[in-house]
Amino acid sequence: MQMSGAQMVCEAIIAEGVKTVFGYPGGAIMHVYDEIYKQDGFEHILTRHEQAAVHAADGYARATGEVGVAMVTSGPGFTNAVTGLATAYMDSIPLVVISGQVPLALIGTDGFQEIDAVGISRPCTKHNFLVRSLEELPRILKEAFYLARSGRPGPILVDIPKDITVEIGEFKYPDSVSIPSYKPTYKGNNRQIEKAAEAIKKAKKPLLYIGGGVVLSNAYKLVRELAEKTQIPAVETLMARGVMGADNPLLLGMLGMHGNYASNMAMSETDLIISLGARFDDRVTGKLSEFAKYADIIHVDIDPANISKLVDVDYPIVGDVSVVLQKMLPLLDDVNTDRYQAWREILKRYDELHPQSYVDSDEVIKPQWAIERLGELVGEDAIITSDVGQHQMWAAQHYPFDRPRQWINSGGLGTMGFGFPAAIGAKKAYPEKTVINITGDGSILMNMQELVTAAEYKIPVINVILNNHFLGMVRQWQTFFYEKRYSETDLTFQPNWKALAEACGGIGYDVTTKEEFDAALKDAIAQDKVCFMNVAVNRFENVLPMVPAGGALFNMMLPPKVEQEEEK
Amino acid sequence: MANSNKERRVISVIVMNESSVLSRVTSMFAARGYNIESLTVAPIPESDMSHMTIETRGSAKVMEQITKQLHKLIPVYKVIEHEEMVEKEMVLAKFPIGENLSSIAALAAAYNGGIVNVGKEMVVVQVADEPKRVKHFIEAAQRYNPCEIVRGGVVAIER
Repeated sequence: MQMSGAQMVCEAIIAEGVKTVFGYPGGAIMHVYDEIYKQDGFEHILTRHEQAAVHAADGYARATGEVGVAMVTSGPGFTNAVTGLATAYMDSIPLVVISGQVPLALIGTDGFQEIDAVGISRPCTKHNFLVRSLEELPRILKEAFYLARSGRPGPILVDIPKDITVEIGEFKYPDSVSIPSYKPTYKGNNRQIEKAAEAIKKAKKPLLYIGGGVVLSNAYKLVRELAEKTQIPAVETLMARGVMGADNPLLLGMLGMHGNYASNMAMSETDLIISLGARFDDRVTGKLSEFAKYADIIHVDIDPANISKLVDVDYPIVGDVSVVLQKMLPLLDDVNTDRYQAWREILKRYDELHPQSYVDSDEVIKPQWAIERLGELVGEDAIITSDVGQHQMWAAQHYPFDRPRQWINSGGLGTMGFGFPAAIGAKKAYPEKTVINITGDGSILMNMQELVTAAEYKIPVINVILNNHFLGMVRQWQTFFYEKRYSETDLTFQPNWKALAEACGGIGYDVTTKEEFDAALKDAIAQDKVCFMNVAVNRFENVLPMVPAGGALFNMMLPPKVEQEEEK
Repeated sequence: MANSNKERRVISVIVMNESSVLSRVTSMFAARGYNIESLTVAPIPESDMSHMTIETRGSAKVMEQITKQLHKLIPVYKVIEHEEMVEKEMVLAKFPIGENLSSIAALAAAYNGGIVNVGKEMVVVQVADEPKRVKHFIEAAQRYNPCEIVRGGVVAIER
C-alpha cells in the first residue's frame, strides 16, 4: 500500500497492538502528528514535558509487560527525552521512542532544533536507528519493537528525518525480523542447569537472590514454585519486590543498602547464591570483597555480560529465567527440604532479633506508618509507583507487595520525577486499579506539570507526598557522613500544595494526622481525580537499616529497638 | 582493576557494515573505561560485514567483559579473541633525501619493506612486520632523522 512515512509510523504502532502513545509534538515530527490526528487505532496522551512522555510510556510498559511508545520532536524534544531513555535502559524496560529529526539534507549543518540524537542516546539505549531512506523505515520500525522486547529488553530510539515522514512509498510491515548479529540466548545450557541443581541439593545454606529479571521474564510463579518445592529462603532486590509475595514465609525481605537485617545476613552467610535475573548491583552487594564470602554462585541471566561482571560465578547459566526454571524444577524433585531446616531457623532468629521496624508516634505521622497504612487500605488492589529517595526505600521496605508489576520505580538510574508520569502510564494501562505515586516533596516538583496532563485526560493518579521539608535521602547522608551540614537540602520554602493541585485541575489534601490521612485517601479514591496528598511526616526520620556506601553488607546501621508489645 | 596482569590482547570484531557501527564500538570502550591501543577497520570483501582489529590491554576479567559487551552491541556479529595469530602492522616513514639512502633501504628490507617513493626532498619507506619488530624498526630509524612516521595499526588473522 502506498503511504507517507508518517502514516507508516502510525500503521506500525497499530500493527504492534499499542493502544496508548505518550508524546509531545514539534516541528520535525509534525507530519506524524498530522497522521495521528487522522487515525483512530491508538490514543495519544499529550504530556507537558517530553521526559514525562517517556516515563509514562515506561510506566505503561512496566505495568503491562508490553512495549511502551513515546514520541518527541527533534533537538530539545529529544534531549528532554534522554533521561527517560536512560531510566528505561538501566532497568531493562522495553520502549520504542520515536523522535523527529531535521530533514536529511540539513543533518550536520547545525540546523534549527538539530541535535545528534543517535550519538547522544547511544549509551542509554539498547539500540538506536537514524532512518536514512523511506524504504528502510518499515523494517526499522519492526526491528525496533522486536529489539525492545526480545532478549534483555530495553529502550530503542528511532530518529526519523522530517522529509522521510512526508515522502510516499510502498508500505508492507514485515512479518518477521532477521538480524544475523542478534540472537539472544533463551534456553540455558542443560549441563549447567543440571550442575546447578546438583549444587542446590548439596548446599546447606542456599539462598534465592531474586532480581528484576524475574519480573521482566514473567517468571514469578516458577520462582515461587522453586521456593515452595525446595523450601529455600529468598531475598528480593528493589526491582523484584512482589515476586514472592509479602506473606510468603520463605521471603526474608529486600537486601542491600536498605535491606533488612535477616536478608543481608542471609546473603553474608549463605553457601550457595541462586541468582535469578539479578545483577549484583553495588547497592545490593556493598563492599565486594566482603560480599557473600562463603558462597558458590549460580547466576541465571539473559545477558551474558552480567555474568562474572562483578563477582566470580561458579555456575553461569545464560538464558531466560522462565525457560531455565522450567528445566530446573523437575531436576529438584528429590530435593531434601529438611537439609535447609537449620539454615531457615538461623534466619528466622535473625529476623526476630532485628525485624524491619520503626518507632511509631502519636504526635507526628511517621513515613513508615503512612506506607503501612496505604498497604492496609488499598493493599493488593493498588499499583504503587515511586520517585527516588527516602520515600522510595520506605515504600520498598514497608508496602506489602503481593505480585510483580505492582511496584514501579526507577531502581538503576534513580530518576527523581519518574513516579508521577510513570503512574499516569500505569493508570492508562489499568484504569480500574488504584494507582498511587509515593513521592517526596523534592521529587514531585520535578514533573509536577503532569498535574495538567492527568487532569485533562482524567487520569486519577494519587500522589502521596511524604513531606519532610527536606531532600530527605541527601539530608540523611549529611546527618551521618557530613557532620550535619545540611547543604542545599532544606526545603522549608514550599509551594501551597493544595492550591497547586487545584490550580491545575486536581485536588489537594493537607494531612497532618493519621485520621486525616485515612480520610484524605478515602476521599481521593472516591473523587476519582488526580490529587496531591501532602502528608507532613517526621522531619528527621532516617531510612534504616543502612549499609554505608562501600561498607560490608553485614555492617548495618540498625533501627532502634521497638517495645515488645508494639511488635505484636 | 588489577594493573599487574594488564596483558596486551588483539581481538577481531566482525560487524554489520552499517553507518555508525564504528562509533558504537569505540564509544563502548570509552564509556566502560577500556583502552584502545590501535584499531583498524575495513569492509570484508564480498560481504555486508566489516572486520575491525582492536589492540587493547586488560586482565583476563576485563577481556571477558570487553568481549561480552561487544557481543551485546546489536550490529556485532562475531568477536574473536586471538590466541594463535599472525599479526602484522604497516608503517610508512619519510626521510630527508640527504640521508644515507642505501642504509635506509637496507633497514627497511630487514623489516619486510623497502623504499616506495622518492621525491625531490624526501624518500618514503614502507615496512610491514609484527608489531614488536615494527617497534624495533622505529627505534632503528631514528638515526636517519625521520620527518614523519605513520603506523597503520595491527591487523591479525587466526592461524
